[in-house]
Amino acid sequence: MQRFSCPFCGLRDETEFHFAAEAGKHRPEPAPEVSDADWADYLFGNDAPRGPAREVWVHLTCGEFFVMTRDTVTREVLGSAALPGRSQ
Amino acid sequence: MTGWRHDSAGMVDRDRPLSFTFDGQPCTGFAGDTLASALLAGGPRILGRSFKYHRPRGLWGMGGEEPNAILDVTENGRTLPNVRATTMVLRDGMALRSVNAAPDAARDRLGLIDLAQRFLPAGFYYKTFMALGWMRWEPMIRRMAGLGVLDADHHPPADAPSMTAEIDLLVIGAGPAGLAAARAAARAGRAVWLVDEAAEPGGALRWRGGEIDGAPWQAFARDSCQAVTAAGGRVLTDTVLWGAFDHGMFAAWERRADRPDRHWRLRAREVILAAGAIERPLWFANNDLPGVMSSEAALHYLALYGAVAGRRIVIGCAGDAPYATAAALAAAGCQVTLVDARSETPPAPEGVTLRRAARITRAHGHREVGAVTVEGVHLDCDTVLVSGGFTPSVHLHCQAGGKLDFDPRTDALIPRPGSAPLLTVGAACGAFGLAAALAGGHVAGGGAGPAPAASGAVWGIAPSRPDPKARGRVWIDPQNDVTLKDVKLAAQEGYRSVEHLKRYTTLGMATDQGRSANFAGLAAMAALTGQTIPETGTTTYRPPFTPVPLSVIGGMRRGEGFAPPRRLRLEAQHRALGARFREYGGWLRPAHYGTDEAKAAQAEARTARQTAGLYDASPLGKIEVLGPGAAELLDFCGYVRMSTLKPGRARYGFMLSETGIVFDDGVVLRLAEDRFIVSASSGHVGSVRMILEEARQDRFDPARVVLHDVTAQWTTLTATGPASRALLGGAGIDLPDLPHMGVAETRWQGVPLRIARVSFTGDASWELSVPARHGAALQAALETARAGHGACWVGLEAVMILRAEKGFILVGKDTDGITMPQDLGWGGPRDRRQDEYFGRRSLFTPEAMRPDRRQLVGLETSGAPLPTGAHVLASDGPRRSAGFVTSSCHSPTLDRPVALAMIEGGRSRIGQEVTVFHLGTLSTARITDACALDPEGARLHG
Ligand SMILES: [Zn+2]
Repeated sequence: MQRFSCPFCGLRDETEFHFAAEAGKHRPEPAPEVSDADWADYLFGNDAPRGPAREVWVHLTCGEFFVMTRDTVTREVLGSAALPGRSQ
Repeated sequence: MTGWRHDSAGMVDRDRPLSFTFDGQPCTGFAGDTLASALLAGGPRILGRSFKYHRPRGLWGMGGEEPNAILDVTENGRTLPNVRATTMVLRDGMALRSVNAAPDAARDRLGLIDLAQRFLPAGFYYKTFMALGWMRWEPMIRRMAGLGVLDADHHPPADAPSMTAEIDLLVIGAGPAGLAAARAAARAGRAVWLVDEAAEPGGALRWRGGEIDGAPWQAFARDSCQAVTAAGGRVLTDTVLWGAFDHGMFAAWERRADRPDRHWRLRAREVILAAGAIERPLWFANNDLPGVMSSEAALHYLALYGAVAGRRIVIGCAGDAPYATAAALAAAGCQVTLVDARSETPPAPEGVTLRRAARITRAHGHREVGAVTVEGVHLDCDTVLVSGGFTPSVHLHCQAGGKLDFDPRTDALIPRPGSAPLLTVGAACGAFGLAAALAGGHVAGGGAGPAPAASGAVWGIAPSRPDPKARGRVWIDPQNDVTLKDVKLAAQEGYRSVEHLKRYTTLGMATDQGRSANFAGLAAMAALTGQTIPETGTTTYRPPFTPVPLSVIGGMRRGEGFAPPRRLRLEAQHRALGARFREYGGWLRPAHYGTDEAKAAQAEARTARQTAGLYDASPLGKIEVLGPGAAELLDFCGYVRMSTLKPGRARYGFMLSETGIVFDDGVVLRLAEDRFIVSASSGHVGSVRMILEEARQDRFDPARVVLHDVTAQWTTLTATGPASRALLGGAGIDLPDLPHMGVAETRWQGVPLRIARVSFTGDASWELSVPARHGAALQAALETARAGHGACWVGLEAVMILRAEKGFILVGKDTDGITMPQDLGWGGPRDRRQDEYFGRRSLFTPEAMRPDRRQLVGLETSGAPLPTGAHVLASDGPRRSAGFVTSSCHSPTLDRPVALAMIEGGRSRIGQEVTVFHLGTLSTARITDACALDPEGARLHG
């Protein structure tokens, strides 16, 4: 059982969280100007880095989305922070 | 029966004899016995048949590593399968049954299989029967192999509490090393949890004995446990630490007499692993015969239970450890010959014949051991004890991510310091011998001053290895019947990795996890492939360390406790009306009222069309969206624009996923400029809210809009049908003049009432929502007025009929993971919207543009309703499915079957006849519009 830190609630069991997206992924739009390939890449292409990764997760208990940095090999959580522009 | 009971040794209560049976034969033991000790002292020697060859097998070890003595145990009419005889306490009246034997262990008919052993090498079954059609042969193969029989009627109670604890220092294992570590830390003021799988602390001290700091070991153990308790720690006995998990979590199974077992999740700031070591066998021909057992286990049974393995005993070894066993057995009156492979050995214990530089090469005996060959000399005996060295129990270290190093001094793989977030001490890191264990534990626990003192040097050990040139059948893994020949075959066939060796031969894959077998397997592999042991490596260690009942891990999370259904506030009222409940989308809801489901649903649906029907729609998800940014958020998240909706009106729409797939559908009510209620399917509320939340927080200004799931705060009762308006009037509800899709907030009897004219049935419908605590009053008012208008309550089954007649979809039933809104006839927003919305781009991919996408249509048939799931065949080309029936029922109003289906290019094929295929039978149907009743919508205006 991993434990993640919600920037608003603190350390909680992983079952309270849900992965949302890789952080920094840009949604291409408006739709008519986006190629099929770019859209497919946005939907399904992930960096899935080995090692430190920046990801958006949601703490289901409080409903807040936040950025978590964690090591995908050691599973160490390296930090978590509110979304840019959001105060904690 | 060769074993016997010593008249004074051990700690069993000789005043309390216990009776039990083994394969129907009466046996006796004493209070304090385990199943294994009672069987060793007074039961048969053959306790089971081996997994593959049905060879007779007897007791080998003393704990969770036991590969052979696996029994089905019946007590109070309940049978527990595959119990290790070594770990279960004997109780009066138990009936033990050998596994994998017919009719029993002593007279197993399939023992003949062993004669065919030369034809049954590793991989035999797969190689042979895959070609012959595995599916046909598998049941027979499975019957011949395998272990205990599951008692299908035995439903263990879901009563094991799940416990969690945050600990400063966790010490795993209460042998000398663990005790010393816990004592040192506790004396320094730390709160220590000391956990051991045995009933008493002490570990090997319990059978080996010894003096610590000049006093009997028991004083040291007592003192250590007292120090732990005094410092605020805890001593948990009968508790197996069975797994190490992410982020420092450990799972433990605590067995408790006369109370439910408990399951622990432990997290500790620091962990010391003192799990000890397990004795290895020796590898001579027929080393699996009953009567061949672990030397350390024989000492254990003698010292703790007075159970003596035999009378004429040969002990084979290449180390110092068995000398204590030999001495104890000789003192107990046994005739003992010690066969040590080393030429330099400690002196022979008193009364023991010692043969140096000698090895056992073969055991003789048909059903049990009767003699051995030692350096070409035949030696009669009734029992053979073996010690091929010790394998440190490094499982938890490795599960926690630790690495191993080969230590030639102890001939063992030991934890590499610093490679896992725990510290390993004692025999688990190769510190064999009492003084070494105490010293290691003391230091690890942060002990000040000298370590507890004990005499005795570190045990000398010379490596023992399976000899690839050995003749005869040499067992490496007795539980899975893997022999040295199988390992040789794997090497010959080119397997080099131990992971492949494991999967090919099944070495170490049985319930004992190969704890006594794995090292020999990898040592043999190393020898056969010319690699070193570190080069060969080990297989991955995975939890559980020991088999744990799923009922313990599951705890109380079973049945309703696993996923508790949400319940209606008015459940009692519905029950009083005769409702039969069923789960829909996580909610327990009335399926129908009355006993006969099919008849009731038809009658309810008919009445709802003719006069009026009432149903409880409270589970419908209600998410309030508030604030100046609300319309903007809903426009982005929804497929149908809501910013153009006028306050006081409702609009049907979809929520898509970013892949363009229909995720949910429902009506959005606009109560004010800045206030909406989004309805979501009852099972989708949470995920719809998360889609809205993500956009709110990641795309918009979260200060301008907030979300609030208010589902539980309202009770919603719906009246539908031509007489519904009159019925509501009769119930004293003042209906405002509302058009179809109109919404009003009003009051009823001083209580807030929201009325929405939305319809899931196609008839004029009124959705009445009051604060949940006033739901009962509203229900009572409707119920009082109901009979006078010929109306009835309708369950979900009737509602399903009403909506199917109208072609109204249920997302997830009539749609699947590729359905887009245009497939449902909702292409409008896709064609017209110019603004950006969730899932938009996906609606214009080549896949989304295909003309042969499956589209929602109706199917008309005569006779019986089509089975849901039946396939509609493509009209030309080879036979294939062009779609399927998604909903189907008999319509009482139309008096014919109606069905919804998703069919390739279906909307352009309306009117065509198609062939429907279901489980081999064919029938015909005609494609129609999805809406079978009142396509003009006249009924909506009631
Ligand atoms: Zn939180």
